Amino acid sequence: MRQINRNMAVFLSGLFVLTVAIPLMQGQVLPDYAVQLVGKYLCYALLAVSLDLVWGYAGILSLGHAAFFTLGAYVMGMHLMREIGARGVYANPELPDFMVFLNWDSLPWFWGASDSFAVTLLLVVAVPGALAFIFGWFAFRARVNGVYLSIITQAMTYALMLAFFRNEMGFGGNNGLTDFKDLLGIPLSSPGMRLGLFIASALALAAGLLIARAITQSHLGRVLVGVRDAESRTRFLGYRVEEYKLFVWTVSAMMAGVAGALYVPQVGIVNPGEFAPANSIEIVIWVALGGRGTLVGAALGAMVVALTKTLLTGWLPDAWLYALGALFILVTLYLPRGIVGALEGLKPARKPQEVAA
Amino acid sequence: MRLIRLVLICLMLPVAALAQSFDEIATLLPDGSYEDRAARVSALAASGDPRAEALLSALAAGDLAVLKADGRLVVVTGNAAQDALTGTDAGPVTRRDVTRVRVNNNLRGQIRAALGSLGLSATDPGVRARAASQLEAAPDPTQLPALEKALGTETDPAAKSALELARATVLLSAPDAAPEARAEALSLIVARRGASAQALIRAQLDDPVLKDAAASALTHIERAEKLRGWGLTLWQGVSLGSVLLLAAIGLSITFGVCGVINMAHGELVMLGAYTTFVVQEMIRNHAPGLFDWSLAIALPLAFVITGAIGIAIERGIVRKLYGRPLETLLATWGVSLILQQAVRTIFGPNNRQVGNPSWMSGSTEVFGIALTWNRVWILLFALAVFAFLMLVLRRTALGLQMRAVTQNRAMAAEMGIRTGRVDALTFGLGAGIAGLAGVALSQIDNVSPNLGQGYIVDSFMVVVFGGAGSLWGTLAGAFTLGIAGKLAEPLAGAMLAKVLILIFIILFIQKRPRGLFPTRGRAVEG
Repeated sequence: MRQINRNMAVFLSGLFVLTVAIPLMQGQVLPDYAVQLVGKYLCYALLAVSLDLVWGYAGILSLGHAAFFTLGAYVMGMHLMREIGARGVYANPELPDFMVFLNWDSLPWFWGASDSFAVTLLLVVAVPGALAFIFGWFAFRARVNGVYLSIITQAMTYALMLAFFRNEMGFGGNNGLTDFKDLLGIPLSSPGMRLGLFIASALALAAGLLIARAITQSHLGRVLVGVRDAESRTRFLGYRVEEYKLFVWTVSAMMAGVAGALYVPQVGIVNPGEFAPANSIEIVIWVALGGRGTLVGAALGAMVVALTKTLLTGWLPDAWLYALGALFILVTLYLPRGIVGALEGLKPARKPQEVAA
Repeated sequence: MRLIRLVLICLMLPVAALAQSFDEIATLLPDGSYEDRAARVSALAASGDPRAEALLSALAAGDLAVLKADGRLVVVTGNAAQDALTGTDAGPVTRRDVTRVRVNNNLRGQIRAALGSLGLSATDPGVRARAASQLEAAPDPTQLPALEKALGTETDPAAKSALELARATVLLSAPDAAPEARAEALSLIVARRGASAQALIRAQLDDPVLKDAAASALTHIERAEKLRGWGLTLWQGVSLGSVLLLAAIGLSITFGVCGVINMAHGELVMLGAYTTFVVQEMIRNHAPGLFDWSLAIALPLAFVITGAIGIAIERGIVRKLYGRPLETLLATWGVSLILQQAVRTIFGPNNRQVGNPSWMSGSTEVFGIALTWNRVWILLFALAVFAFLMLVLRRTALGLQMRAVTQNRAMAAEMGIRTGRVDALTFGLGAGIAGLAGVALSQIDNVSPNLGQGYIVDSFMVVVFGGAGSLWGTLAGAFTLGIAGKLAEPLAGAMLAKVLILIFIILFIQKRPRGLFPTRGRAVEG
């Protein structure tokens, strides 16, 4: 546990330095888009932390975490669509462009609250949380675990993708939500807004890490590790395993939703493709590379992979999938504890804290 | 010029007098009310003049026109004009030189009917049959005598049958005809035309004599139609089920025996499809005569290639991750990414053309449901693969060992079974089956690097639903999901149907977490 605290402290101070340094360099050394890019990586990092919370500590390998992320993104996207107001192509003050295009005459009920920023902030957490709660309640109660659970989570995000592709769903169908203009009246393209979103992402990541740390270091966190390593034994000891799992699963989904909500204004679009099962599996490799069950490692892994992806797709577009495929194979074969885990292994022997998964 | 033409017309007048009635009526075609003109159309048809057919067809098609220069009737085709009565060339014309003779829909119907009666007396039985069908499509009670006459002398069976149908249709369209004749006509139409004559039969509901017969015929037809619709949906579901069975069955045995999910399974299917493509390309270039054998050549090749890749995956990766099924899932996902990208690099990202051998193209009809041969063959092939696997599992030493390892790995090892070898062979078998599936799927799906991705979630669902490692479970799961999906489609649309099926499965595993046919044994409960 002390190890986690020290890593966390190192990482958080690094994050702090980054958050201070980037505004100073913005517009001088660093171009504006770089701020946006780093902001995007921070959202990925938060998403990775949320997955590490369930996979690293409760042994739930979710292959559908992108679903929660994208739901949060859609909630925020809906608000941004409403902020466009009459500046859309069809200049309809009430309806987003795609609804005018589909000849709808009024907003569907679920868009009702999207004009309020405060309600949107609430829904960003509540919608993914609710889905996770319902899904988890069914899955954990039926004691679906291991590979079965992974496949069912994949089916969940696949189903959402298919559903959101339909125009009748009222989320812009194939094209998703885009053409955002501003947030809280400030243009999204202004340097100040970009910086603000970046700092918000950094703060969210720090908060996410601290919350995850608090959970994992509590009594509840220790029970979760027990569930991960010996589920039946924990159940026989009298713990209601499904309730512990459900709690951490829902918290994790909420965290992913926040990451998605911060992601959307920085990339300017959200579409059903984000639900694709491949995206969810990519999150898993971030965590695996950084180090499963280390929290900080997950965040680090996300940023490393995302940065590599940006560089490699620009430089050698065809090589990216080879590299990603090789990463999956090599990390699982030769780096089972990830970068952070391997670094810890290099240090002088320390009393092992937990059973290896 | 005008003078010369006038003289010429005057010179022609005595000749025209010989066929005065026909030509006179014809020249009057553009004038007068539509009723008058309809009467003229009938008169022309009744005249027995051999020119009538060409003239009336031109009128119906809107090609008949009046030359502005001299008032002659001409048939315009493109820029050329032909005198409608003499057939002589009237020289090139533009749109401005002529006034088209107008027809409305009513008149056009009249013309079609008149034309129909013209063909009834043709010498070619094919023409007579066609004329009868035309009359059936546009029934005209005034043609009834002509039809009766033609029926009396008809000897050709096909033409006779067409004439009978035409007569019956005409009778049913003439409320004044004798009730007995109409009743007979109705039973003929119901028996021979069925659903396609629904509108005509429905019209008889107003007739006091035929009302009951028509009503009962209609309910009968509706029931038959509904049944046919269900049959079609069922067939589509069975066909989808056979595809799912092929895609999922290899996955199911590797999951059952080795306890790992092979995420690269879809990509192995894709490789099987590309094997077919390569085989067909070689045959096209070197031995075009062998094309019908291309699938027979591709099947063993695909089995060997994908099977070898499967064994390589097991030896290189899966074996090292024994006991860590989630990590295996991730590593095989990495393999799938690499295979996908490798195919993209070698064959390009676009769809590749894979052809159907002649014995797989076309379709047949069973109970009014069209079955395409490729779908029929794939169903048979899927069942054959199933039977083959069943035989391997039940009747071979390897099958016995596989079942032993599935039920209790540790005990099987104690009894001297080399579990590592069983794992490798099972993985190879599963991968080989994926290759066979790929050959089959290349016949109905686009062969592209994304081929496997499209099946992966669906085949997982089949495995989860049916129960991993159980062949019967996979069979039941594939056909249940296939048929359920197709049944839900008309109700909810294709996309929503898939979503509903996924939700159904998530709820289903509440009740049966290990699927329809759970594998029994102590190891799986761990």
